[in-house]
Amino acid sequence: MIYIFLGVIVLGAILASVRFLLGPTSSDRVVALDTLTTMTTAFMVLLGLLFNRYIYIDVALIYGVLGFIGVLTIARYLEGGL
Amino acid sequence: MEIIVVIATIILIIAAILTIHYKDLVAAVVASSVVSLIASIYFYILQAPDVALTEAAIGVGLTTIIFMITLRKTRRMEE
Amino acid sequence: MMDIIEIIGYILASVGVLFLFLGGLGILRMPDVYNRMQAGTKATTLGAVGTIMGVGLIHPEWFFKTLIISLFILLSNPISSHALARGSYRSGIKLWQKKKIDAYKNALKKEKEKNEAA
Repeated sequence: MIYIFLGVIVLGAILASVRFLLGPTSSDRVVALDTLTTMTTAFMVLLGLLFNRYIYIDVALIYGVLGFIGVLTIARYLEGGL
Repeated sequence: MEIIVVIATIILIIAAILTIHYKDLVAAVVASSVVSLIASIYFYILQAPDVALTEAAIGVGLTTIIFMITLRKTRRMEE
Repeated sequence: MMDIIEIIGYILASVGVLFLFLGGLGILRMPDVYNRMQAGTKATTLGAVGTIMGVGLIHPEWFFKTLIISLFILLSNPISSHALARGSYRSGIKLWQKKKIDAYKNALKKEKEKNEAA
């Protein structure tokens, strides 16, 4: 069951990576990076369920806390007011 | 699980090649961030959560901020 | 009793994973940066929160930490999406050809007139 969940998330991540590869402007790539970060959080929580270790959830917690800072910095740079 | 590792390797190699290929340096920074993200997934699958935690904190947060501050002081396009 | 909570957790995780996949599909198929942003942020937020809370219901002793992760995603994802939309509009990326209305342009013009009057 968990393997099916992981497979579907990887399929979505492949589609987002194709947009990252094609994307005409830099904003498209940043949107793809944001989507990949959120997908990675869910992926790591599911892998922690698969390995059955409680301590592995901490990495997903770090992604949830810190994942948006990079996107925020790039957005401020694109706006011109970093 | 092996299929996931193979797919992650393909995306990692493509992103690493694109990092040195782009002329727009913002896109290059985004590509290097993707490389760091997938390296973190690697460490996680290899059951080293402390290394994955460090890679997540440094690669996604700190490196992007430092590159962007540097890029503000220089120019965006590479010749 | 235990079984019912676990089944609810699996259903919630299935819905979340489906929405994560739909977010990936939308980010590939949409025609414009702003449409892509809408697909890639809203659907993904719902998907990630559903998946993580589902895992918290499957393992009830993990529930507190999964609740914290869900709250952080629920707070931080709209912030980054908002900043990114504003940044890409001000850096001069055009909207889609078939757009009906551009409300942010009128708001910017009104703000500029107010600044000139003051």
